[in-house]
Amino acid sequence: MQINDIFKHLQKIDPGIVLEEDTAYLYIDPSKWEEISKELASNKDLFFDYLMCITSYDLGSGKLGLAYNLYSNTIKHSVEIKIEFDQIVEIPSVASIWKTADWHEREAYDMMGVIFTGHPDMKRILLSDDWEGYPLRKDYKEPDYYRGVPVPKDKTAWE
Amino acid sequence: MDYSLLDKFNSDNIVVAKVDTLINWSRANSLWYFQFGLACCAIEMMAAAAPRHDLERFGSMPRASPRQSDVMIVAGTVTLKMAERVKRLYEQMSDPKYVISMGSCSNSGGPYWQHGYHVLKGVDLVIPVDVYVPGCPPRPEALLQGLLELQRKIKSETPLRKDKENADK
Repeated sequence: MQINDIFKHLQKIDPGIVLEEDTAYLYIDPSKWEEISKELASNKDLFFDYLMCITSYDLGSGKLGLAYNLYSNTIKHSVEIKIEFDQIVEIPSVASIWKTADWHEREAYDMMGVIFTGHPDMKRILLSDDWEGYPLRKDYKEPDYYRGVPVPKDKTAWE
Repeated sequence: MDYSLLDKFNSDNIVVAKVDTLINWSRANSLWYFQFGLACCAIEMMAAAAPRHDLERFGSMPRASPRQSDVMIVAGTVTLKMAERVKRLYEQMSDPKYVISMGSCSNSGGPYWQHGYHVLKGVDLVIPVDVYVPGCPPRPEALLQGLLELQRKIKSETPLRKDKENADK
């Protein structure tokens, strides 16, 4: 299926979906994502059985984004879905549909602070549990100390 | 020095030496290192242990348990999360124990010096280090040099005499 056909197919579920012509990204609304993800995985004309990657990004001024790269091993076509939303908005988890999403969503939560609802084990994956803040956000401030160990850019403790 | 002992035992198969020297000699030539690596330096450590460079000719062999190890080679980036574990593993080693800090990351934070929010800026912030091996990563020869430096350090110790200059050891 070409991207235009996928776009037309998904328009039946969410009329507000946007296709960016030159990059072939599909922009969807976070409230429609649960419904659309089920359709993408189960419809036999789409049949996206493989979630390649979830990327989270910070757009600045309190907005975050997620990009889902999907591929179908049977039909051999792919699509990139993008969701852009405010920091406080909760995104429905797709870990029950694609198992890959489990750790990818935990990483997005760990690094960028995206909150997923319905995830089986929503906790940090790389940093320790008592870490404060989300390091890949643009407004992240490095802590001076972590459990009594200095982590500064100011190296007066050594130099 | 009393040479009467030397005269008495100056025949075949008998060597007269200080016990300190004997202990140091045996310690320095059986430096079993703790088999763990944290990043790319661990690859060089493995290369140093492999036949081409062969750490075992200096009596060093990897042990998979801290309780059987004499020296910990901190090979790689120590993240803040790992720092706690490194410290715990060091505390599980039995005395006498030594630490070789291998590579820029564990010496000083290395490439994460400026912007590494998650990297410990030098493993010496959590455990005492005996020998620093610079490099990113150091070649196996550099690690061998570090090991020989540690051997030299051990050979200068006086393990039996707990006198003033030895009190901190």
